[in-house]
Amino acid sequence: MFEVTNMAFALPEMFMLGMACAILLVVAFLGKKAAGPAYFLSQLTLAVTMVLIYQSMHKASGLTFDGTYIKDTFGDILKLAICALNIVVLLYSTSYLKARDLYKGEYYILAIFSTLGMMIMVSAYHFLTLYLGLELMSLCLYSMVAMHRDSVVATEAAMKYFILGAIASGMLLYGMSIIYGVTGSLDLSIIANSIQTGGLDTTVLSFGLVFLIIGIGFKLGAVPFHMWLPDVYHGAPTAVTLFIATAPKLAAFAMAIRLLVDGLGDAQQYWQGMVIMLSVLSMIIGNIVAIAQTNLKRMLAYSTISHIGFILLGILSGSQAGYASAMFYALVYSLMSLGGFGMIILMSRNGFEADNIDDFKGLSSRNPWFALMMLLLMFSMAGIPPLVGFYAKLTVIKAVVDINLISVAVVAVLMSVIGAFYYLRIIKVMYFDKPIHHEKLHAPVDMRIMFSVNALTVFALGIFPGSLLALCMSVFP
Amino acid sequence: MFTNFPLLSLIIWLPIMGGIAVLINGDNNPWARPLSLLISALTLLLSIGLYTGFDSSSFQMQFVEQAPWIATFNINYHLGIDGFSMPLIILTAFSTVIVVIAGWQVIEHRVSQYMAAFLIMSGLMIAVFAALDAILFYVFFEAMLIPLFLVIGIWGGPNRVYATIKFFLYTLFGSVFLLLALLYLHHVAGSFEILDFHKVALSMEEQIWLFLAFLIAFAVKVPMWPVHTWLPDAHVEAPTGGSVILAAITLKIGGYGLIRFALPITPDASLALDWLVIGLSLTAVVYIGFVALVQTDMKKLIAYSSIAHMGFVTLGLFIVFRIFANSATGSGAVLAIEGAMVQMISHGFIAAAMFLCVGILYDRMHTREISAYGGVANTMPVFAGFAVFFAMANAGLPGTSGFVGEFMVILAAFQANFWFAFLAATTLILGAAYSLWMIKRVIFGEVANDNVAKLEDINRREFWMLASLAVIVLAIGLWPAPLTEVMHASVEHLLTQVSQSKI
Repeated sequence: MFEVTNMAFALPEMFMLGMACAILLVVAFLGKKAAGPAYFLSQLTLAVTMVLIYQSMHKASGLTFDGTYIKDTFGDILKLAICALNIVVLLYSTSYLKARDLYKGEYYILAIFSTLGMMIMVSAYHFLTLYLGLELMSLCLYSMVAMHRDSVVATEAAMKYFILGAIASGMLLYGMSIIYGVTGSLDLSIIANSIQTGGLDTTVLSFGLVFLIIGIGFKLGAVPFHMWLPDVYHGAPTAVTLFIATAPKLAAFAMAIRLLVDGLGDAQQYWQGMVIMLSVLSMIIGNIVAIAQTNLKRMLAYSTISHIGFILLGILSGSQAGYASAMFYALVYSLMSLGGFGMIILMSRNGFEADNIDDFKGLSSRNPWFALMMLLLMFSMAGIPPLVGFYAKLTVIKAVVDINLISVAVVAVLMSVIGAFYYLRIIKVMYFDKPIHHEKLHAPVDMRIMFSVNALTVFALGIFPGSLLALCMSVFP
Repeated sequence: MFTNFPLLSLIIWLPIMGGIAVLINGDNNPWARPLSLLISALTLLLSIGLYTGFDSSSFQMQFVEQAPWIATFNINYHLGIDGFSMPLIILTAFSTVIVVIAGWQVIEHRVSQYMAAFLIMSGLMIAVFAALDAILFYVFFEAMLIPLFLVIGIWGGPNRVYATIKFFLYTLFGSVFLLLALLYLHHVAGSFEILDFHKVALSMEEQIWLFLAFLIAFAVKVPMWPVHTWLPDAHVEAPTGGSVILAAITLKIGGYGLIRFALPITPDASLALDWLVIGLSLTAVVYIGFVALVQTDMKKLIAYSSIAHMGFVTLGLFIVFRIFANSATGSGAVLAIEGAMVQMISHGFIAAAMFLCVGILYDRMHTREISAYGGVANTMPVFAGFAVFFAMANAGLPGTSGFVGEFMVILAAFQANFWFAFLAATTLILGAAYSLWMIKRVIFGEVANDNVAKLEDINRREFWMLASLAVIVLAIGLWPAPLTEVMHASVEHLLTQVSQSKI
């Protein structure tokens, strides 16, 4: 069992690590003037990393670093998506950060390191690598939330995030150690083998699974482990919320797939019931509580919880088509979430947060174009065709119908009707209410263009969802 | 000659693309109105081509187009029409022209958005009638809600927000069960083709659940008692154009859905549960008829009368099982289904005309209360003529299209059960009562107040709008054969489908 380490499999990550250190140096030397160069270098890093990933995509897949790290199409696609999302996130956040005196080099260092953590999570094939990636990502996110030092809510959110995140990591580690006790390995491929061979103590195995699932539930934000999510989304500066709400969800999704499917896929009978609970509760609590929110960031936080419930639907189905539909949903969700939080940033001005639903009153008469873009995003989140959110819901519900879990499918569709209500309320506020103020938008041109592209992508993918869906399906043959 | 010409696609995408073009042109663009009229008229003209090129001797789908859309799930862009969908498509194209003309002067703010919403909606609704792929059908079925939601919410009355959200959530609630049913059928049939669904064998239990899902989805659209409550709210708050489209087309999608999905896919469940639908339909005809009688708001009255008239459609569709049980020939069954179809088409024209009449009064007086009017005939004689004519048609006067459909369904109902026919026939009394009593209070009598005295008669635009509708209502009433002939083969085919058990 000795192999030559194939460095090429981790080339994008190594490049990113090198660049992250370089940016660190640049920021250290330039001090207060570092923000501009750091921003530029971060975007460059992300873009070049995307090129590197894209180039290696069609090459052979395989394990490297003694089986602790994997390069496969699933990982490549998610890593491409993570980098692309973060490019847009950084672009969106610039004006917001500048207006709030947060435009500092540190933000970009943390963002790049956290992206690196996400990429390691996506490609980890060993409990230790996975944990390494997870902690790298999470620690950066905790500090990003706390970046706005003088804000009480942000500090509180950061503390909450840190403590609950640490508990979640502890749970995950505990689960990993129990599974190590049962299977005798931390390596996902060996764990998968020994479960397939059988003869394990299934009681202890399911005991370990409970803790793994708690850990995954925490990181995804599934009910009942969702408590941190609304507070963090609400308390963090919107630019950071935007960051947390998009790419890290993809990374957490990848972690769930690596652990539950790649590692413990044959133990599906033991985890399916638990995931059903998480999924159904997330859909119910997320959608119902979202109705009561008056703050758009909190509302989107609860809506995230409900979307997580839908993503879990695809995972719990235990079929290849189900995993593919969950992946499709996760990608679509991150795109919609990018747009949703992007809109809050777009609307905000110097010293004014546009995160109350009332701030959107009469937007269609003030700015018809962006109201239309937001309308597309909201209808997409509600799952109304012809927007891409519909196909995401369609595919995951199809996955559960195909395994004859009709009752879960019924809950899902009923909750999507309830969910439609609060998205409609945003549209109602924008289109049917009179504006309360007539301020012009202050967002820079590049952000306006990017946001329009973002929303129009949601629309275009809704008309032609075939290729993205085929791509996800090709990952799970 | 035109076998490969994508006429259906053109009819669907011309108004949608045209609508987007109108939208992009922006508000306050003087071209928004003429451009919209041009696009809708062109669509109507093209849709006439469906009629002339239609082979009425065949029940097969015609003007078929097929292209892969979402290859992963084998979802296709598959279009085609038969004798059921073709008349409804022409009705849709025609109504859109009327709506564009009706909104010509009345809509003053956000004109291009208004016109664009109706053009896009027209394309989406035609696509619903033409879709032969279940997911394609569902996509258009749902997408249609978006423009209508905005139309009611932006240009509606004082309580529009409540009405439009209720409308949206109500219909969404119904349709998600349709989605589940379609997904389940795909699970069984291995394809999303509606025509494959027709052939798939299903156990009784499966059929019952599927039927109930279809019934919820389409009963909300029709709307059937007791899930009708969104309709009066939506109608009252909607602008005139919205009411016309709601009454003329979206309600028909419910009836069409029952014909396309419930009857052929779950014939055994339809047979087993026909008492449910017949009961609800008769309740709609009788009880809602009485409810209409006591309305004080003209639009609400017409909305309730719509529910009562749509009760005939569902009644006609589901008495066929009783007719089969009573007679071997089943000739009455053809009458029942054709009656239901004629009733749908005819109601599309008459309800549209009635809402336009109310709209014309509302534009002048800004109230829909019956009590605010009286003696309108003195100041608006031409309008009064039309209003009386359409009210007569609404009441089912022989010679108008309103009579044909109701008469066919009542005749067929006699072959099913005398009491069905008896209860259904009460509509001839109730319909006359609420329609004509409203006319009496609004149109005739002394001039009630100064506002009525200052009314001006309809202008040329309004005249031609109403006149064209009146001509069609008369034409179908006097000579319905061209309409029933095109659907005859499809009706026969549907009856063979429903008479064969799928268990």
